[in-house]
Amino acid sequence: MTYIPISPQERDAMLETIGVKSLDDLFKDIPQKHRFPKLDLPPALSEMEVAAELSELAEANESTRQLTSFLGAGMYNHYIPSVVDHILRRGEFYTAYTPYQPEISQGTLQAIFEYQSLMCALTGMEVSNASHYDGATATAEAVNLAYAQFRGKRTKVVVSPAVHPQYRAVIRTYTQGMGVEVSGDSAINDPLSVTSLETLIDENTSLVVVQYPDFFGRIYDYTQFIESAHQKGALVCVVVNPTALALFKTPGEMGADVVVGEGQPLGIPMWYGGPSLGIFTTRKQFVHKMAGRLVGETVDNRGQRAYVLTLTAREQHIKRERATSNICSNQGLLALASAVYLSAIGKKGLRQVAELCYHKAHYAAAQLSRIPGVGLCFDEPFFHEFALCLPKSVEEVNTHLLEHGILGGYDLGQDYPALENHMLLAVTEMNSKEEIDALVEVITEVCHD
Amino acid sequence: MTESVLNGEPKVVEPTIFELSSPGRCGVSFPDPDVPRAELPASLLRADLPLPELAEVDVVRHYMRLSTFNYSVDSGFYPLGSCTMKYNPKIDEDTCRLPGFLYTHPLQPIETVQGNLALMYTLQEWLKEISGFAAVTLQPAAGAHGELTGVLIMRAYHKSRGDHKRVKMLIPDSAHGTNPASSGMVGLQIVQIPSDARGNVDLKALEAQCDDTVVGMMLTNPNTLGLFDENVEKVIELVHGCGGLMYGDGANLNALLGIVRPGDLGFDVMHFNLHKTFAVPHGGGGPGSGPVGVAAHLADFLPAPIVDILEEGDEGMAPLFGFVTPAQTIGRVKAFHGHFGGGLVRAFTYIAMHGPDGLKDVSRYAVLNANYLLARLRDTYHVPFDRICMHEFVAEGRVEGSDVRALDIAKRLMDYRFHPPTNYFPLIVHEALMIEPTETENKDTLDAFAEALIKIAEEAKTQPELLHSAPHITPFGRMDEVKAARDLVLCCWLPEDDNNP
Repeated sequence: MTYIPISPQERDAMLETIGVKSLDDLFKDIPQKHRFPKLDLPPALSEMEVAAELSELAEANESTRQLTSFLGAGMYNHYIPSVVDHILRRGEFYTAYTPYQPEISQGTLQAIFEYQSLMCALTGMEVSNASHYDGATATAEAVNLAYAQFRGKRTKVVVSPAVHPQYRAVIRTYTQGMGVEVSGDSAINDPLSVTSLETLIDENTSLVVVQYPDFFGRIYDYTQFIESAHQKGALVCVVVNPTALALFKTPGEMGADVVVGEGQPLGIPMWYGGPSLGIFTTRKQFVHKMAGRLVGETVDNRGQRAYVLTLTAREQHIKRERATSNICSNQGLLALASAVYLSAIGKKGLRQVAELCYHKAHYAAAQLSRIPGVGLCFDEPFFHEFALCLPKSVEEVNTHLLEHGILGGYDLGQDYPALENHMLLAVTEMNSKEEIDALVEVITEVCHD
Repeated sequence: MTESVLNGEPKVVEPTIFELSSPGRCGVSFPDPDVPRAELPASLLRADLPLPELAEVDVVRHYMRLSTFNYSVDSGFYPLGSCTMKYNPKIDEDTCRLPGFLYTHPLQPIETVQGNLALMYTLQEWLKEISGFAAVTLQPAAGAHGELTGVLIMRAYHKSRGDHKRVKMLIPDSAHGTNPASSGMVGLQIVQIPSDARGNVDLKALEAQCDDTVVGMMLTNPNTLGLFDENVEKVIELVHGCGGLMYGDGANLNALLGIVRPGDLGFDVMHFNLHKTFAVPHGGGGPGSGPVGVAAHLADFLPAPIVDILEEGDEGMAPLFGFVTPAQTIGRVKAFHGHFGGGLVRAFTYIAMHGPDGLKDVSRYAVLNANYLLARLRDTYHVPFDRICMHEFVAEGRVEGSDVRALDIAKRLMDYRFHPPTNYFPLIVHEALMIEPTETENKDTLDAFAEALIKIAEEAKTQPELLHSAPHITPFGRMDEVKAARDLVLCCWLPEDDNNP
């Protein structure tokens, strides 16, 4: 299959205009001994054949369409209204580049401006960037923002152990060359208490990172906590699940300085982990330190309201090594997906989704905790995810569940040695009462073998 | 001037989704719960949820209208230099949306996602073969993210050898801004290396910087002038000679498929831009996908995890694919496994459809198209480094006897229904117009584009105001960028702003 629309005759005419005899004559600058290597790749397939091969690969998976899923831990199985993909499939959106030429990119620019507004509405913050790669990298960029805000003079970052383990790993990777000390989430500290974090915050702390709902699904009002961090002069970053923000107090209201999160629940398929959507919002006072592109309102020379990329002097193509971040490509199309999702389901729909998640998760938790030997790990209020303590290993329970077509929860023992035999379960609007009852039934069976 | 401007209020061409909202309107709704309602914790609830309220038809028409304001590859020629805006095959849109890919969770047991893992493993192998590297990670989200990954790997390599004095990254003056920005994020000092009169790395200047404090060099080759560095082997020899590592910016790999493998030339590490070279659509800014390839001595430092065969298969059994952690890994660079659906599946589809000869044709025709345009334009626009180019070239957007600038020429091109080239980059060319046609354009399109640029050069002399005030036929005119930066209206709705609806 080829997508090259040039005939042999046209090619020859073009070569003549250029003044060379053959295509190969265009490559004389390439060192001869390495020129034109023979690539050991399978021969080309036609479209028909490739469609069949890809179908075969896709069908070799057992997806959450075949399995009943209670797996969350950072990526969630939600219903995506049909309208979302119909808009995403518009070539005008998905085959455009970053809107460098605003006169012919107002579709993308206005959609991003609306996305920024929707994120501010959800988080209670004042500015949002045009998107970041994912929740984990957005969190790492929050560390960069705080580091830059204190001009590198505060070198400590305090991270709650109840922040997603992979996000904590990414923070550590990003800060390798920065001379930043990441603390707070080692196993020595009480792994689950938020208040014990407070003792670690000092005059050298640039940023404190907490999650809401936290990795265990718990909802906690961070207002006091943020206030005491501010007393030490530190900034506070809250990592959010946007669906939960339909119901619960916003981090903005609690005083957060940066709010980041994974936007995948907002109309983006799980897609085996990506691409997803990094949400990055902050207060106006930090806008010059924030990573990523930013769309602002203006007017054109015809007096029309319009939008442009603005404050570009923060960015790599202008500031180079002094840029706030190296980010160039972002998640534009997925920011659009989330904007279409939020517009299509609206205020009422997002509340409905969040309430369905809440009620179903609480039903599941109540039913499961009735099983003798099984209990909820925590007493705090939770949203749609909760930690369950089991009398058997999570692996064993999950194996049985899979035999019954159920994708069980996340094994917390992998990241928290103290939580061996603890499973993190997520319940969304996609799970019916029958499915939850089946889950309860299988776990009951397994635990009494 | 329109009436609204006289009134001081800008004219609204398309209201925002918030302005279109009407309380009580309902879009897509959800069923009532089939379980008992649980009590919500009153003290933790938010008071209001200020999201728009619209019917589905309102939403569709809004976004359809917005889409008509965009220029895209599907609507026309998009010769944006350095961005490789090639046609995106439609079949990719179908394969990446196969339910088995769309609806798999990244933390599923590996036994249930062997299709995904087989695809990832195979793509790793293909990228290794195409680039000549020993190992590949698919985790990075985009090109710049791949750069950060590569620079962290280079730093970790030196550290593992107890070589702690290396702090300098050498970067040519023609480099993309992401190169210094990525090195800056890792705390390295950037040393800029000038280009010589032929557009190659200035070997003397390079040699002067090559000492035992060099982490390595980041080189885009072909460079941002669209030229293959004639001394690339010497450059690599110098950097290796002082103990440094050679980073290849794969942004311009579209010129090299089946032409030369960066690994064979001696590069130690390189990122791929699947969204350029392998036709993953750009999505109005992303998502991209930026896998990184490394030579054997750096394989242990790749981000974790990567896909490997855990149990070999045989005739009757497929192998078992799973994840492994490289021995001295730099760690994770993002959550989960990279841009699987949007990036990896599309790139896999593209490579499978091209095969080795098809990929070589991609690069040969990308280079043919660029040289053809160069040949047609060099008498009209000055080309400062004029020799056989690779997949793109840089001309000066200036016309003798006229005060028009590259920006004016770029904007005027829109009136001829073309997307402008990249302008004002690379920084080493005055009034740069960086033109990358890609292989998916036919001769008629290239001729029409060349003729438009030649006509614009004429207009620049006879009617310069036509260029200064361009574009004219687009839905929007030139923007007041100063106002945008001064007023900083970044949001149609602000939590504590009563002046906004």
